[in-house]
Amino acid sequence: MNIFERIEKIDRRIIFLLVAIAVLLPLIFKVRMEIPISEPVKKAFVSVDTLSSGTYILISVDYDPASMPELQPMYKTLLMQCFEKGLKPVMIVQWPLGLPLSIKAMSEMAVEYNRIASKEGKDTVVYGVDYCNIGYRPGGVAQIVGIGKEIRDYFESDYKGTPLDSLPMMKDIHNYDNFALLFCLEAGSMGEMYVQYANARFGIKIIFGMTAVSAPDAYPYLQSGQIIGLLGGLQGAAEYETLMKKPGFATMGMTAQSWVHVLIVLFILLGNIGYFIGRKKRRS
Amino acid sequence: MYNFWAIFGIWMAAFLTLAIFSFLYKDNPFYKLAEHLYVGTSAGYMLIYTYFLTIKPMLIDPITKQQQFFLFIPAFFGIIMLTRWFPKIAWLSRWSIAFTIGIGTGLAITGSIQGILIPQIKGTLIALHGWNWTTLNNLLIIIGVISTLTYFYFSKAHKGVIGKTAKIGITYIMIAFGASFGYTVMGRISLLIGRMYFLFHDWIPLIH
Amino acid sequence: MRREIPLAITFITSLIIIVSFFIPHAPFGTMQEISLKWYAIIAGFTMLLGVDSLIHMHSQKIKRKKSGWVYSVVLIVGFAVFVVAGTISGFRYGTAMDINSSFMYLYNYVIIPLQSTMFALLSFFIASAAYRAFRARNLDATLLLITAVIVMIGRVPIGNQIWHNFPAIAEWIMAIPQMAAKRGILIGISLGYIAVSLRIMLGIERSYLS
Repeated sequence: MNIFERIEKIDRRIIFLLVAIAVLLPLIFKVRMEIPISEPVKKAFVSVDTLSSGTYILISVDYDPASMPELQPMYKTLLMQCFEKGLKPVMIVQWPLGLPLSIKAMSEMAVEYNRIASKEGKDTVVYGVDYCNIGYRPGGVAQIVGIGKEIRDYFESDYKGTPLDSLPMMKDIHNYDNFALLFCLEAGSMGEMYVQYANARFGIKIIFGMTAVSAPDAYPYLQSGQIIGLLGGLQGAAEYETLMKKPGFATMGMTAQSWVHVLIVLFILLGNIGYFIGRKKRRS
Repeated sequence: MYNFWAIFGIWMAAFLTLAIFSFLYKDNPFYKLAEHLYVGTSAGYMLIYTYFLTIKPMLIDPITKQQQFFLFIPAFFGIIMLTRWFPKIAWLSRWSIAFTIGIGTGLAITGSIQGILIPQIKGTLIALHGWNWTTLNNLLIIIGVISTLTYFYFSKAHKGVIGKTAKIGITYIMIAFGASFGYTVMGRISLLIGRMYFLFHDWIPLIH
Repeated sequence: MRREIPLAITFITSLIIIVSFFIPHAPFGTMQEISLKWYAIIAGFTMLLGVDSLIHMHSQKIKRKKSGWVYSVVLIVGFAVFVVAGTISGFRYGTAMDINSSFMYLYNYVIIPLQSTMFALLSFFIASAAYRAFRARNLDATLLLITAVIVMIGRVPIGNQIWHNFPAIAEWIMAIPQMAAKRGILIGISLGYIAVSLRIMLGIERSYLS
């Protein structure tokens, strides 16, 4: 048995160990790499950055803990951008397991922003005045169509049970027409539902922040203009952090990502070299 | 007291994380325990959110506080959905299923045409004038869309012109699948990075 | 009548939605609004079906002491703990989702690690599969492999370090050939979706009633 045949039959637990090491070492030794910015992410960033202060933006948090590492950094960076620009983010959740994640990140970023704002003598953000979370209701597509008419048909209150009418920022907010933008953080197919109904019927502009698994499927919508920006996976999150000049988890994680990708490409090459050598042997 | 619960929580999370990762070595009781706990806790979460985020705000509160008594009708349909548990009256659940399927199909027909078919075809009708990279890219898009659709057209045998077009289609499809595979690898590795960060930042602080 | 009434309900409700798309005014617009809200309420009840059948199945397993019944006990205990914590939190804070509640505590330190780690396992298996199964057996597989490698390297920072045009090439692949193929697939799926929906609406497709 030659070396390539031996390598082909290697115990897969050794592969697992190599992958774990390739992830861990760059994180521990804080190896950093420059993040190149792609056009879809730049478009998304500029679309939000050019909104004037006081503009409302609807953020749909449609993911669960399984997609948290990719989408939570996008969500947090977006919230920070909204607070810094004086925008008014309203969170809505279509995945029930995502509601605690949306509440957690919202609270963390509000505290983080208020800490910085207090230091710099700026106005702090207050729940119900500058941002709010209307929570989750069932219905999916029906709800997406329904809130195009009136949000209160489905969301009488926010996630805490506070009536929307008693939140100062929600007094005159009734449907998609009151929002400049819909930023969808997607781990599944709700984004496509938003495109088919919210954008097609009601004309709201949409930006997608998607997991890397789903991002390739969103390119047709980007090209046709149905979405105006796209963030794909941890790389998308890292690019957004770079544009915001606030490197965080995603930027740190991309170095580890790079090294694992190189490792997997090496695995593929090694496996194919072994395959071709074996095939040549069998044919001769 | 607060610090104790936070530390206890992190250790509990670390134990559960390692229990699931232990499957990489081989299947074992710790993994099975974590797996069953995951299913049970998810079911418990589902029951709680069904009450606090559906039944209470959309039924109980509107009926009791705002006298919206016509909501008894969807409540009835919701309850008869549960008759699937009783074989003798399980046929009643078909009414609820029929209602939801009816709404779904109505929305699907209008949404697919207005939201996918027309915009996507419109996006493919793109300008081809001038000798430049944009024209070349637009041409590649048009060829790609038509050839991919031709590949999935099985009502005629893939021979002659249709066969050649379908072959171009399969080339585009292989490129798309390769790109999707690359992104899928990226997606899965990101999840691992998240977990490693938790273990070696929140639990054992090796990452600063 | 046990099949005719549901078929009629399906037809009438889908017709209301389609007609109200073209005539959004009363009475069709109002009928659509009411139907959509009722749909949301009924959809909420479907979760209970899944939860019940799960608990029932595992309770039977414990009762009959089938193989692995101890794990079923863990499942039921986990379920019970979450329901109790959620109920107490709900009554204490008005919502189970308050950031200081025991329900959120359990979510943060039980559900998050369990769910995210389950999916993180896939990264190891995808690496192993890439090594063992990803072979350039023919021209199509080679094309798939080359594209995957270009995208994997081009979409991460190391691609930019190796060659500054790598990210642009990866982005071109995503935006042009990949997008075109995905669009073809999307149009095909959408046409199929419309066809199936029409069949269901007209009662030709009845499998959902069994």
